[in-house]
Amino acid sequence: MARSLKKGPYIFYKLDRKIAEMNESSKKSVVKTWSRGSMISPDFVGHTIAVHNGNKFIPVYVTENMVGHKLGEFAPTRTFKGHGKK
Amino acid sequence: MARIAGIDIPKGKRGVISLTYIYGIGRSQAASVLDRAGVDQSKKVEEWSDEETGKIRSIITDEVKTEGELRSQVQLNIKRLMDIGCYRGQRHRKGLPLRGQRTKNNSRTRKGKRKTVANKKKATK
Repeated sequence: MARSLKKGPYIFYKLDRKIAEMNESSKKSVVKTWSRGSMISPDFVGHTIAVHNGNKFIPVYVTENMVGHKLGEFAPTRTFKGHGKK
Repeated sequence: MARIAGIDIPKGKRGVISLTYIYGIGRSQAASVLDRAGVDQSKKVEEWSDEETGKIRSIITDEVKTEGELRSQVQLNIKRLMDIGCYRGQRHRKGLPLRGQRTKNNSRTRKGKRKTVANKKKATK
């Protein structure tokens, strides 16, 4: 079910703050985050965000097309190694 | 012989049903098109006057996305998902269900015909 519009998109506040700071000082560095459920807002475009997949951080370079998706969609949590090789 | 939205020639059925033969028009879309054209939904296609047909045709071509245009839009949406490398895009690439359904059994619509793995050995006793 979609999230209520009244609340606006969910972005973890610390992540949002860090990105806002970087945008202000126009710096670029990789931000680590565990918040896979955060929505990618237009401010994120051009940054690289390291998203935790439960094991390690997957660097995700955010492009314009990704806006509106969640960070976790770009950091797969499962590795499929194929069937039945011996 | 009503020709609407390019290729489709549905005829001899009630208007609402007939319009659903066009890709991109379902029951509710068909009903709303007929309402806006002021044509009774139960009227057969062959009973439409030229004027009514013209009205319906113009509504569909101007306001409803159908056939080739719609198909290409759907393909573009899928391509976008695949290009940004998100989870749904990866599932599209692998031809597996996108929305968290189980894949241990079933999912045949996405996976296609069963591909049997040859020489699967039975467990030795």
